[in-house]
Parts: sequence; C-alpha cells; structure tokens
Amino acid sequence: MIIIGERINGMYNDIGKAIKGKDPKPIQEWARRQEEGGADYLDLNVGPASPNKIEAMKWLIEVTQEASDLPLCLDSTNYDAIEEGLKLCKKPAMINSVPAEMPKMERVFPMAVQYGAEVVALAMNEEGIPKDADSRIALAAELVATADSLGFSPEMLYIDPLTLPCNVAQDHGPEVMRTLREIKLISDPSPKTVIGLSNISQGTQNRDLINRTFAVMAMANGLDAGIVDANDNELMSAIATARILLNKDIYCDSFVNVFINRNR
Amino acid sequence: MAVEILKEKYRSKVGEVVLGATKEEGGTRSHTITVGGETSLPYLHFEGETPNRPVMALEVWDTAPTEWPPFFEKFYGDVWNDPGEWAKKCVNEFGADLIQLRLAGADPDINDASPEDCTVAVKKVLEAVGVPLIVIGCGKPEKDNLIYAPVAEAAAGENLLLGVAELENYKAVNSACMANKHNIIASSPIDINICKQLNILIIEMSTAMANRIIIDPTVAALGYGAEYSFSIMERARNGALQGDKMLGMPMIGNIGSEVWRTKEAITPTEDEPGWGEQEERGILWEATTAMAYLQSGIDMLVMRHPEALKIIEKQIDDLMQDNSY
Repeated sequence: MIIIGERINGMYNDIGKAIKGKDPKPIQEWARRQEEGGADYLDLNVGPASPNKIEAMKWLIEVTQEASDLPLCLDSTNYDAIEEGLKLCKKPAMINSVPAEMPKMERVFPMAVQYGAEVVALAMNEEGIPKDADSRIALAAELVATADSLGFSPEMLYIDPLTLPCNVAQDHGPEVMRTLREIKLISDPSPKTVIGLSNISQGTQNRDLINRTFAVMAMANGLDAGIVDANDNELMSAIATARILLNKDIYCDSFVNVFINRNR
Repeated sequence: MAVEILKEKYRSKVGEVVLGATKEEGGTRSHTITVGGETSLPYLHFEGETPNRPVMALEVWDTAPTEWPPFFEKFYGDVWNDPGEWAKKCVNEFGADLIQLRLAGADPDINDASPEDCTVAVKKVLEAVGVPLIVIGCGKPEKDNLIYAPVAEAAAGENLLLGVAELENYKAVNSACMANKHNIIASSPIDINICKQLNILIIEMSTAMANRIIIDPTVAALGYGAEYSFSIMERARNGALQGDKMLGMPMIGNIGSEVWRTKEAITPTEDEPGWGEQEERGILWEATTAMAYLQSGIDMLVMRHPEALKIIEKQIDDLMQDNSY
C-alpha cells in the first residue's frame, strides 16, 4: 500500500502554529519523521486557520522539500493554492482532492494533466456522501469518465470511497469494502483507490486498533493507498504483514523493517 | 491498422556489481567485469535491457582434485598442482571470463592447508592471470572463518568476489569483505526467504555492501531439483524487477561442482553402456543444466568442463542477440 503521511496538516496545533509563525522546524521535523516511518508521499494541508492559503501552501512546500525528497500530496479545497503549489513541486505531486462535481473536475483534471500530477478523487457530490456501494461506484464511474474525457488517465486517479466514523455509520463498512473491489472493474486500466484512514475511528475509543484493522481489511479488498499516520508503528507493522499475507512482498524474517525502510 | 504490442513494464532493475580492479582502481586486474543491471526478465530485449552478458568462470583448486572423473586429467592434469598455471590455462586456452579459486586444500580432511598457504594460492592466481577472481573456502565454516580475513587482506584492492556467506555464518566473511572492499557471495539453501534475510543481514552490517552482493541461490543439477532452484531464482528476479531491493542482486551458480557429482556424470561408460559415452554425457549434463539457469536470469556460471563452457558460450551469444521490435 502507498503510504501518504497525514501529519503535516494545519489542523494539528504544532503545525498550525508553525505555519502562522513561519517556523520551518516542526514541519521539517515531521517530514523527516514520516519519511523514517515509511511514508511514500507527504500530505500538506495548511489547515483552516491560514488567511492566505496560496502563500501558506507555497511556504509549506518549500520548507518541506528542504527536509525531504518524498513527493508531495497537496491537500486543499483551494485549487488556486494547489496550482501555485504544483509549480514548486520538484517531483510529480498528488492533488488531494476533487469530488464528482462538474466544475471542480473541470478545474482539477486539466491542471493535473498540465503538471503531471496524480489526483485523489472523492466518491461524493453536491448531495454528500452516498449511503451504499452502488451510489459510490456510480460516482466513481463518473469520475473516471470525466477524467478520461479531459485526457487524464485512470491509472493516475486514486478514488476515495469515503468512510464515516464506525460509531456513527456502522453500516457503511461493508459498503466501502464492496466499493473498493468494484472500482477496479470500472475501466481497464483501472483506477486506484485511497482512503483517509483515521476518519473511520473519529470519536471512538482505541482508535489505533480500529484504524489498523480497517487498513488490513481494506487492503484485502484491493486498497492501493492510504492517508495515514506513518509513525503509528503498529499500523505500519500491520500493513507490512498484510502485504506478506497478500503475497505483495516476499517474506523474510525482517519483513516489517524491510517495508518501513523500502524507500531508503 | 497497426497492432499495439503489449509489453510488460518493470518497476525496478537488478543492481550492477563490478568485479576486479585495474591498476588505476587500486588492483592489478587487466580489466573489470560488470554483472547484473537487467531491466527485464531474461533476454526479453524487446521489454528491457540486459546490459551485461552473463559470464563464466572455470574452477581452479589449490590442490589437485582426486575425485574428478579421469578424463579431466587431459585438460588439467599438467597444471593442477599449480593453481597459477591452472588458472592461466583456463583463461588462455579455454576462454574462461574469470576464475573461481576453491581453497579445497584448507579442508582439514584434505590438506588442512593453513591460512598462509591459502593466501599464497590466491596470490599465485592473481599473478598468473589478469581476469577478476572469485575465491571460496573449503566449505567447512569453522576453517573457512580463519581463512577469510587473511585472504581478503592479501588481496586488498583486487575487488574479489569472496564466499560464501550463509545465514548461520556470514559475519566473518562479511567483515573481511567490508574491511578490504571485496564483494560477497550470499548463499541460501534454495529458499527465497533466507536469501532475502541474508542480504538484509549483510547490508545491516554495512550499507556499503548493498551493491557488493552476489546471490547464490544454490543450484541443483538437472534431475536433482533444478526446477526448485529455477523457481526460486525466477521469484527472486521477479521480486527484483518489482522493486524488492533486497532481492535485486545478480546471481551466481556452481554448475560444474553440482553436475560432476551426479550419477549421470560420474558413472563410467562400462558400468552403463546404454547411457552413452561418459565424458560426452557429462558435458551435456553440465551444459544442459547451465542452459536452464541462463533462462532464469543467472548472471555468473561456474563451470568445470571446458567443452561445456564452449557450448554455453555459444548459447549466450544467441541469447544476447537483439530480439527487440
């Protein structure tokens, strides 16, 4: 599974403060730590508090790239901030995210083509998050078709079927699993799938256990990528183990370390 | 309408390992040999590159072998009391790309040669030929562990390929390689998991060893489990091409020593007249075994019979022909 490290997000106090005070240290510290933890990408989100999203995103990209060579995942609903950010990225980045809404798709996919970026797309539209798998898959199909019509390859598309906290919407669990499987049938080459993992455990006790159990189940249903806490060792060990059990990696006694250090 | 040919895309490639060192590089070899570097499954030149031709070593021992079939004497009999002369003949007359010196004489049950005797043999070969050198112990770890350090030191700068490291016994040989900048043979008993784990352990001792490992997955002779070795090598190579760095190393196989202990190769003609003439039979057994492993992506073959080497040389020529389209 492709690991997108979630930690550089203005929603976290230390990052929010760092962005506000233009202090690169906490950002760079988390960039390095997530890389050491086994991240493939670093998600960058300036958070709700930044008054100037474009400038904040540009600064965040610059200071992150000073500390890490990992590709970035630009996480914003402000597409101008993303576009300005894409110009600064040293490696092809990921755009996070676009819903299945026409004007937004028309803004994001051509931009992704122009900058060679991948795209995280959400299986939702103006009406919100669907209740069942069929509606999610219909939206996923719409995302794929629109992307394709705008010259964006489905292989570069990461569809997030969207999870809700398991204590609020328990019935969504199996629907998400079915969605993960069936998204693969939409096109050939098929789109990839991604999940913002920690949403599943919002407001619950024992969040880490729920997160890692869900990660493993989703992987067994074909999940390609996760926006996760790359420094949750138990989670990363569970993902490494699932990769062995799914025959994605060849077993050796040090399989957890090998997975965590695979990019180094 | 033009047909679009589907081609496999590989995410990664096999690492390259350089063997030997010239004068400029601190050694005394006339040239170096680079192995590995493949970017596709073996010889699919239309999907990727095989930048380095597989190479063949011939075996040289530091003591005259007593159990080889008698017809080997006509090739090696005049030189097998002198590893330098023996190596020279292998290179100059039989066309070996490199020499594998087996310090068989160190075996307590053979000559119990001292570590000093071993370094003398290594130096003799280094002086006699200009090709890169593979040096392996006698196969008894407790003795071999005494040999690695002095041999590695005596050949410092020569960028040897030294072996063998095994899961239960890799530290002494790895330390000797690390200290004197040699390459290492990492040997596993037809087991992909141990193969990978051993590479990890070697690299954990020094990351500088990451591009100095040659995998010896253990090759069996035709009829003795070759298909198991083959499938392990196939899996390792697929793993390497999919990005598993801990399997992304070139591979070596001791073809000659495995083949020349099978009953098909050592049974004299008069004992089994129906099997055909022994020498021809053995040569074909060795060549056929080697051919099969070439298809698995093996990068280095250690051969014994000069005629088998000649057959495989031709086979490699054919495999290296560009078939891209």
